[in-house]
Amino acid sequence: MKHFLLATTLIFSAPAAMACETVTIGDLTVEHAWSKATIGAGRPGVFYVEIKNSGTTDDALVGITTPAAGMPMLHETVVQDGIASMPHAMSVPVPAGQSVQLAPGGYHGMLMELTTALKEGDSFPVTLSFEKSGEVTVNVDVLSLRAEGPDCADAGQ
Amino acid sequence: MLGVGAYRTRNRPARSEVLPVPIGQMTWTLTDHQGRLVRPSNWAGRPVMVFFGFTWCPDVCPTTLSDISLWLEELGADADRLIVALISVDPERDTPDVLAGYVSNFDPRIIGLTGPADEVAQAAADFRATYRRVDKEGGDYTMDHTAGVFLFHPDGRFASIIDFHEDRRFAVPKLRRTLS
Ligand SMILES: [Cu+2]
Repeated sequence: MKHFLLATTLIFSAPAAMACETVTIGDLTVEHAWSKATIGAGRPGVFYVEIKNSGTTDDALVGITTPAAGMPMLHETVVQDGIASMPHAMSVPVPAGQSVQLAPGGYHGMLMELTTALKEGDSFPVTLSFEKSGEVTVNVDVLSLRAEGPDCADAGQ
Repeated sequence: MLGVGAYRTRNRPARSEVLPVPIGQMTWTLTDHQGRLVRPSNWAGRPVMVFFGFTWCPDVCPTTLSDISLWLEELGADADRLIVALISVDPERDTPDVLAGYVSNFDPRIIGLTGPADEVAQAAADFRATYRRVDKEGGDYTMDHTAGVFLFHPDGRFASIIDFHEDRRFAVPKLRRTLS
């Protein structure tokens, strides 16, 4: 059960959105991939996801690519002395036995140079590159600008 | 929590002794998302909640405005007299029209404010907020900015700040204390 060579996709029987899909690669489980609608294509989009490492080896998310943006990057929102900034994150650690979230107010994928505005209800693929596990592609649901996360039956675990 | 953690103490109004001045002593003039001039005197007698941000901001700003929208919904009509304003720290891109398109995604009681660079700077100085342009390759830029939400009593006195990473469950009780 731990040694899938290829990414597999599990679709829940409920009429759940794509954000509720779970994709696995090696010991990693990737789910709850979502984004927020943008006003036009000039503003950057954002990418959030949850990654669980059920193995015994530390891994790290080292990059993302997507046809939806010319310059996707990993960022981390940092609030220091009350001031928010968004430095580039070289990698996001995914330690053995732990879950990591790219979530509002923390790590996020920053989708610069969008090819088109992201509209609520759309979806687009993002390929995540892991230091050890390799690459895996997830479908990302575009939620409203106001959304705080996908509404999955198992979300928030 | 000790040391640096003390800065995060929940009900402490601010991190330093430098508090925002009372609304009545502020001197900025800004334009709201419907193109109307707004001055601090327009807010006299009403509780105030202010957040600094910009519409090109994909993470902190929509997250804060989503949170604020949820708080307003929880407060219901009790928050109808509350002034809720997003002050843009990026007036170069955030015109009133741009702000109108942006705030329409959130609770309708939230207004957007922008204006000439010196008026935005005056507002930031009055609120003791800071912001800084960060240039990126390709001529693009982003803004670092104060992320807390400022609360003022109806008489214009500074009440408290809701910090960005503060437990959001404490926000609505804090707001209720400000409204009364
Ligand atoms: Cu970012």
